[in-house]
Amino acid sequence: MNIIDVVLLAMMVITALAVVRMRNLFAAVMLLGIFSLLSASLYALLDAVDVAFTEAAVGAGISTVLMLGTLALTGEREKKPHRPAWLPLVVVVVTGAALLYGTFDMPLYGDPNDPIHKHVADRYIERSGQEVGTPNIVTSVLASYRGFDTLGEVTVIFTAGVGVLALLGRGALSRRRRLNKEDDR
Amino acid sequence: MKRKPVLRVSTKLLTPFILLFALYVQFHGDYGPGGGFQAGVIFASAFILYSLVFGLETAQRVLPAAIRRILLGSGVLIYAGTGIASILMGGNFLNYSVLAHDPLSGQHLGIMLIEFGVGTTVFAAMVIIFFTFAGQYRRGGPDGN
Repeated sequence: MNIIDVVLLAMMVITALAVVRMRNLFAAVMLLGIFSLLSASLYALLDAVDVAFTEAAVGAGISTVLMLGTLALTGEREKKPHRPAWLPLVVVVVTGAALLYGTFDMPLYGDPNDPIHKHVADRYIERSGQEVGTPNIVTSVLASYRGFDTLGEVTVIFTAGVGVLALLGRGALSRRRRLNKEDDR
Repeated sequence: MKRKPVLRVSTKLLTPFILLFALYVQFHGDYGPGGGFQAGVIFASAFILYSLVFGLETAQRVLPAAIRRILLGSGVLIYAGTGIASILMGGNFLNYSVLAHDPLSGQHLGIMLIEFGVGTTVFAAMVIIFFTFAGQYRRGGPDGN
């Protein structure tokens, strides 16, 4: 573990703690964007440039804008909690401890005997040049070997767009208002 | 936003380059990091930036509701259509090798087509979600009023 990793991870922890402590939601959204950018740098350090690219574009870019849009509708400050919430704290601590305990069983980063490197990865690396021919193996796995999965992902995004339109789109709102009026009568 | 010249000028300067960069990410995804998903998000972010600075109505005039909805569906159709085309050409669903005279250029063509489909749907979905959320604010809150 080199110094850059340590600094990045420490900054992520600090950002996460700051988000939890923050009552001003506007600042919290900005800090979450910074958190995404830090994790994108971490992915880039792990040589997962495609994932880093997606994280920077979606996590730091689009979701920040969407959360700001939501804040414009709801308000900028979080309400003060009435009393300390002990049960959620216990749940979070237990879950976090279980997850940490789970990581002890994980193979070391970059271990060649890792199960994930024993399965189909060899074939992708050795044969994708002859079978698919794109220099970026990530693209050939995503678009060709796992094309069906990616079709599913695109359908999910399509469904998200259609869902937002159906719930909040122009027609949906006036329809809901009309229904409410009929209920009032 | 009438009185923010720095924002207006820099947005006008940046927008074409963001769009160009998105196209680069889209069509260079075979060779470097990137692909349809990232390109769609970057392309949408140019529109989002434009509407943040110049107002929602201006941005919606550039990209009317009907076109947004057509784009949203057509990306998935392009993707699935490429799969159907490879069935019709005598292969399996989404087996691009049969799309051209030799397998490698077939794969190249197929990947380009489906990445284009991915980019189109992601772009339209991001723009639609943002415009719908932002439109709520202009109407005065989620309950209307």
